[in-house]
Amino acid sequence: MNHLSEEQLILHYYGEEPDAPGAEMHLDECAACRELYGSLQRVLNVVDTLPVPERSPGYGAEVWRRIEHRLPARRWFRLPAPWRWAAAALALASLLLVAFLAGRFYPQPRGSGAMASAADPQLREGVLLVAVGDYLERSQTVLIELANASSDGPLDISSEQQRAAGLITENRLYRQTAAHTGDAAMAGVLEELERVLVDIAHEPSSMPAADVENLRDRLRGEGILFQIRVLGANVKNRKEPAGLVGQPGGHKL
Amino acid sequence: MEPSDGTYVARARTGDSDAFRLLVERHSRSIFRLAYRMTGNEQDAEDVVQESLLRAFKQLGGFDHRASFGTWLYRIATNCSLDLVRARKRRGENLAPASDARGETEDAVLALPASGPTPERAALSGEVAEHVSAAMNELSATERTAFVLRHFEGMRMEEVSRVLDCQPGAAKHSVFRAVQKLRRALEPLVSAAR
Repeated sequence: MNHLSEEQLILHYYGEEPDAPGAEMHLDECAACRELYGSLQRVLNVVDTLPVPERSPGYGAEVWRRIEHRLPARRWFRLPAPWRWAAAALALASLLLVAFLAGRFYPQPRGSGAMASAADPQLREGVLLVAVGDYLERSQTVLIELANASSDGPLDISSEQQRAAGLITENRLYRQTAAHTGDAAMAGVLEELERVLVDIAHEPSSMPAADVENLRDRLRGEGILFQIRVLGANVKNRKEPAGLVGQPGGHKL
Repeated sequence: MEPSDGTYVARARTGDSDAFRLLVERHSRSIFRLAYRMTGNEQDAEDVVQESLLRAFKQLGGFDHRASFGTWLYRIATNCSLDLVRARKRRGENLAPASDARGETEDAVLALPASGPTPERAALSGEVAEHVSAAMNELSATERTAFVLRHFEGMRMEEVSRVLDCQPGAAKHSVFRAVQKLRRALEPLVSAAR
């Protein structure tokens, strides 16, 4: 007769022995296994008596009071994933903007070297141009996707809407900076872009085919995509601190 | 009917701290029991409860509903306890015996039905609790965890393996080794009391 192994007896004790009736039958017939199983039961029953200090029903509330003030803020969880990216981009843009404005308006110490005073505005402008260039590329992508979208029935534009909504606040910051620094042409393009983005964000997420067509006409008619492309290209290529942005008559940032 | 954990988790993930409070209130006692059995010390168990819930809150965004919230939280609490037990073992500290609750041991044993097997009745002495604590302290951190989850928490081997994040076979062997060690340590005591 094959005896039950200790592992089988342990599984039997916990009700996880695959052949429970077989094990039970064997224990009825085999004194040696019965003795071993009895010993196992006694030991585990004694282990069961290990006490655990009791906690009152109000314990959970007590724990909450202790940890509540240690919980980190969870504002990220309020936002769906695409908005988190938009918020992250906005935070980065804001940082660049603050750096730019601080550099632009913070009084320069008298007597600083001519080279330094010439290089600083260039550096500041460079930082802003990088941010604006990146921003224009993202805006352009959203508009191109909408302009090229094809659908026989209503078109789901919820993804583009989320991205457009994320871009609006960023746009405002750049537009205000451009206006503040006297760059009227850039501010004008950004203002137009902002209007388009606001309209897209406020459309129903399922857009009827006719409305999609109207939007396409508007994007073509207003030439906003073209203006963004020109502005983007000029921003990208701009090396001189007082260079032209590419609009007729040229303008400074 | 009370809303499920899943409902509260979904709300907590959107920043609803009230929902997380309700989860804390619902699970704290069971986490404490688990932590106490894992660490063998009341203060450590309290620390584990708090640390586990804070970790859970921070990781809530990563909870993917593949397991129940309870199992997920148990996994976090188990890891917190394991960290603590391992750190103690590294420092060569012994886990505290459950002497603070010895009176309760006696009560628990006294409350056993008279028709129960005789060794349990022999456990009238508080010494038994100390012996059991000492035997539990001889288990490795993984063995202790697997044993606590299977024996005290009533989890099936499959579930134990999920909490320990290992293969079911590995969890089973941890339980086997734990029971074998406990049997070797406590059998003489139990036999003497018969």
